[in-house]
Amino acid sequence: MSTARTAGLAPVAPSPAQPRPTRRERAGKLDAAVSPYLYVAPFFLLFALIGLFPLLYTAFVSVHQWHTIGGEGAFVGLKNFADVLHQRFFWVGLRNTVSIFLLSSVPQVITAIFVAAILNANLRTKTFWRMGVLFPYVIAPVAISLIFGRMSAQEYGLVNYVLGNVGIAPVGWHSEPFAAHVAIASMINFRWTGYSALIFLAAMQAIPTELYEAAIVDGASRWRQFWSVTVPQLRPTIILIIIVSTIGGLQVFDEPLLYDQEGYGGNDRQWMTVTMYIYELGWGNQHNFGRAAAAAWLLFLVVVVLALANFAITRRIASADSGPRRKRVP
Amino acid sequence: MTKSSHAARVAAVAGMASLALVLGACGEPSPSTGPSSGTASGTPSTSGEKLTLTVATFSEFGYADLYKEYMKEHPNVTIVEKKAATGADARTNMMTKLAAGSGLSDIEAVGNDWIAELLPYADKFNDLGSPDINSRWADWVNKMATAPDGTLIGYGTDLGPMALCYRGDLFAKAGLPSDRDAVTQLLGGKDATWERYFEVGHQFQEKSGGVKWLDATVFLYQPSLSQLPVTFENTDGSVLDLATNEPIKKVYDLLTAPDTVDLSAHLAGFSPDWVSAFQQGSFATMLCPAWMTTIIEGNSAGVVGWDMADVVPGGGANSGGSYLTVPKQTKHPDEAKALAAWLTAPEQGATVFTSVGNYPSQIEAQNAPDVKSKVNPFFNNAPVGQIYASRAAAITGISFRSENYQTVRKIVNNAINRVDIDQTDDPATSWDKAVQEFNGLGLS
Repeated sequence: MSTARTAGLAPVAPSPAQPRPTRRERAGKLDAAVSPYLYVAPFFLLFALIGLFPLLYTAFVSVHQWHTIGGEGAFVGLKNFADVLHQRFFWVGLRNTVSIFLLSSVPQVITAIFVAAILNANLRTKTFWRMGVLFPYVIAPVAISLIFGRMSAQEYGLVNYVLGNVGIAPVGWHSEPFAAHVAIASMINFRWTGYSALIFLAAMQAIPTELYEAAIVDGASRWRQFWSVTVPQLRPTIILIIIVSTIGGLQVFDEPLLYDQEGYGGNDRQWMTVTMYIYELGWGNQHNFGRAAAAAWLLFLVVVVLALANFAITRRIASADSGPRRKRVP
Repeated sequence: MTKSSHAARVAAVAGMASLALVLGACGEPSPSTGPSSGTASGTPSTSGEKLTLTVATFSEFGYADLYKEYMKEHPNVTIVEKKAATGADARTNMMTKLAAGSGLSDIEAVGNDWIAELLPYADKFNDLGSPDINSRWADWVNKMATAPDGTLIGYGTDLGPMALCYRGDLFAKAGLPSDRDAVTQLLGGKDATWERYFEVGHQFQEKSGGVKWLDATVFLYQPSLSQLPVTFENTDGSVLDLATNEPIKKVYDLLTAPDTVDLSAHLAGFSPDWVSAFQQGSFATMLCPAWMTTIIEGNSAGVVGWDMADVVPGGGANSGGSYLTVPKQTKHPDEAKALAAWLTAPEQGATVFTSVGNYPSQIEAQNAPDVKSKVNPFFNNAPVGQIYASRAAAITGISFRSENYQTVRKIVNNAINRVDIDQTDDPATSWDKAVQEFNGLGLS
């Protein structure tokens, strides 16, 4: 920004001979008018290249017959969209995505806040514990998937073995949709809880100590301090984490893909997410880019709807946030 | 480059050796384009410029020693192997990179289950047709890799003739004969039928103490298909309607019948459960293509009792087998073709059989003394050379496959698994789901 201003002003200064505008002056004016746009242009160019162009090209592909290897075929209008909406597995994929998203986001936010609260307490070897919760985040998702996939094997897996010893019947981790979702969500939670906790921790440390001091003076217990001071102060951070995990949740791919050997989400697509479905349409069994593009656009619309919902909720929370403050004024 | 090596360093500091390995692998320069400058680099280079050839295989092709031999004979050639875990991974990789137009290796291995999918795009592969090389294989082997316009896209590596692998010790415990000739007779020898195989299975389970007859009924699906002349497509390539496909419905009904499912240990192939089951001894028989013998041995460390009989219900059956192709994406088509031809020569086919057990598809290799006399100590010294030669001879042809074979095959495959492995559906609802899924493809 500062370079923009000096670049705009510099030519004006050394031209005191005025009246008719010299070429340099005119150049200077042009510079002042155009350069701001040029400075922001890279973002928009990049966005057009890697955001807008793929979006529009996908729309173009989605209204054509398009074989993965064979390429462009006849124009078919909205047939691909109709085909996708009529396939049972599209809806199964949507169900699985939402289910895995909820199972991974809700417990994750709650656990992360508690973990952050513990880390925020006066612990010995603070740095060790704080680095420790980030440890799962460093492990490659592929490795996590392989390990969890083995642990949740149905016959000889660790989890069912332990459950069996406690007298609980073996769980069909690879045959029952809900059990599979829980297993996959726990991989995601394992990986991301520590990361979220650190973000919460940073936010907690920014909470002014006066608030706690005032609470203590008022005789609030630790529990009460947590609920009445810490959590309300964390609101913006909670919103951030929810938005980030919504984006991640709708794109979840690696973990379910690697959950078994076949990688198409189960014999009845028990754990196939929408992104896996797009992958299967385009690169897996169907070799149909047209349908894959249509499914991708449908997913895009779902994301837009959820983003709007997020926006509405966020606004409500934000206004709730300013509520008590107004009360305090009089 | 700097970014990923930096990341690798950070990871190493964090002590995550496994992550460092993964990132390190990502950070490697693409080996497909080797140093192209012809300047001498100290090694006694003889002819031609230095080049690197990448060979993409899957599972186990048994080529490691052969590469060394080839590089010794051709000092200017460096061979790098890229190994996918399964044929399915290799298939996805092939489709993705054919669509992208770049990224394929100089030589790509293709399974005979899905080579038909590539034939309509034969123009993306180098034509490997050359009479003196192609005479290595039986006509039907070449035909599977030949496009309608006559382009041959692959040299055959191996076939998957199936034999019966069984646990002799468990047979004996259950009061069945365990000697391999007696087992062959027990199942009906040359006239063995699926009904007889299941009948003996029930006899076995009566006294086996919980040990199942087979790992999963879906393992009988591929051999059953290979015994049909026509499966999912007419010989002109048009797709048959699944709802009215009687031969396939018959196979499906047999493999999902409660009586059959009762014989199964419900194990998904190649899953951790399936691998552990070899150690646990939870099933007693398996129809095993030649390449499977290495896998059985690998999973059964410390287990004794596996044996092999020269019998397959319903006659000769094939499962798997591969080809080497040379995609047009390669920068060194001539060198790649030469290497592919060398790797699939009868001598090399014979070597691979004796080292890892993949049964060669070259006629001369099948008749080689080394191959015929091979004995496998792990399978109770079974004369595997003779057994597989006899099993291969029993294969009179292999079912016709065209572009959509693999797609439709998979749909019925999953339907069988829903009933047997997942046990979430009864045969009728699972079949309905398969028909619905098939109709959604819009193929017929």
